[in-house]
Amino acid sequence: MVDLVASVEQQQLKGEEELPRLRSGDLVRVHTLIFEGGKERTQIFQGTVMRMRKGGANANFTVRRIAAHGVGVERTFPLHSPRVTSVEVLRHSHVRRAQLYYLRDRKGKAARLKEKRIEPKSGA
Amino acid sequence: MKGILGKKAGMTQIFDDIGEAVPVTVIEVGPCYVTQIKTKKADGYEAIQLGFGEAKRLNKPQRGHLPKGVPDLRHLREIRVDDISAYEVGQKLDASVFSVGDLVDVTGISKGKGFAGAMKRHRFRGGPATHGQSDRARATGSIGAGSTPGRVWKGKRMPGRMGNQRTTVQNLIVALVDAERNLLAVRGAVPGAKGGLVAIKSAVKGKEK
Repeated sequence: MVDLVASVEQQQLKGEEELPRLRSGDLVRVHTLIFEGGKERTQIFQGTVMRMRKGGANANFTVRRIAAHGVGVERTFPLHSPRVTSVEVLRHSHVRRAQLYYLRDRKGKAARLKEKRIEPKSGA
Repeated sequence: MKGILGKKAGMTQIFDDIGEAVPVTVIEVGPCYVTQIKTKKADGYEAIQLGFGEAKRLNKPQRGHLPKGVPDLRHLREIRVDDISAYEVGQKLDASVFSVGDLVDVTGISKGKGFAGAMKRHRFRGGPATHGQSDRARATGSIGAGSTPGRVWKGKRMPGRMGNQRTTVQNLIVALVDAERNLLAVRGAVPGAKGGLVAIKSAVKGKEK
């Protein structure tokens, strides 16, 4: 019975190769399809991954960026949404926790994260 | 009017054709069997009786009621259909009676809430939290006037047993149909607990898009 729910959910998930490999602290560019005035276009949101949330078809991640006038903007994307077409990882950071909520209380230099270089073979 | 019986399997979300995340309830439907056809002549009305679910044990009269070649069925429910001549006794129905986009009404037994207060049961406001009040926060309030009428009106909404009632949710959109896996998913919530029996019928009020 519960298997039925799981099987429906399974169909919604993206495949292994399609799934962006993300971690908290990554600097990413998220490409999303948006519908505007009857037209489709790609919108890009660039920022730091603040958290990854599991949950089957509802799995999502939150990206934080600093917009004009130092206003923090956070946007949560469903990981498996067909509208999230691709996620580019620009750099990884050395972070010591999974949820980087502390970034909300910091600004400027204090909100920097130390870059973590990953060997090319592990797929940076 | 079409209908089928099923068991609520649980909720999840899916992405629809434009990529929008939609909450759905997954229902394990059928296979259902037509166990009896009620006719105007014999019964005074027209309906089909559907059977669903595996019965652990049936007594002789129960088994005898079921047509030959049909497994032991646990639940029997009637559905008023437009045209009974389209059905025959023993016929098997599966999820494919509905298709994606159909509007349906789903009936089930809602979850029992026990003895519930007026706030939860009738959405009363409760009393003020401040201004020197005590023990009034979730109170029912006045239940009527004084000497006239000198009694409480019948039907006055008060605390009491809530839930565990036959409940129908109307105009849900069918989101998924898979006859092979006996699976149907509708947009939105459906009454009852997981594993509860639900009847799915074409919508009475809604217009097909």
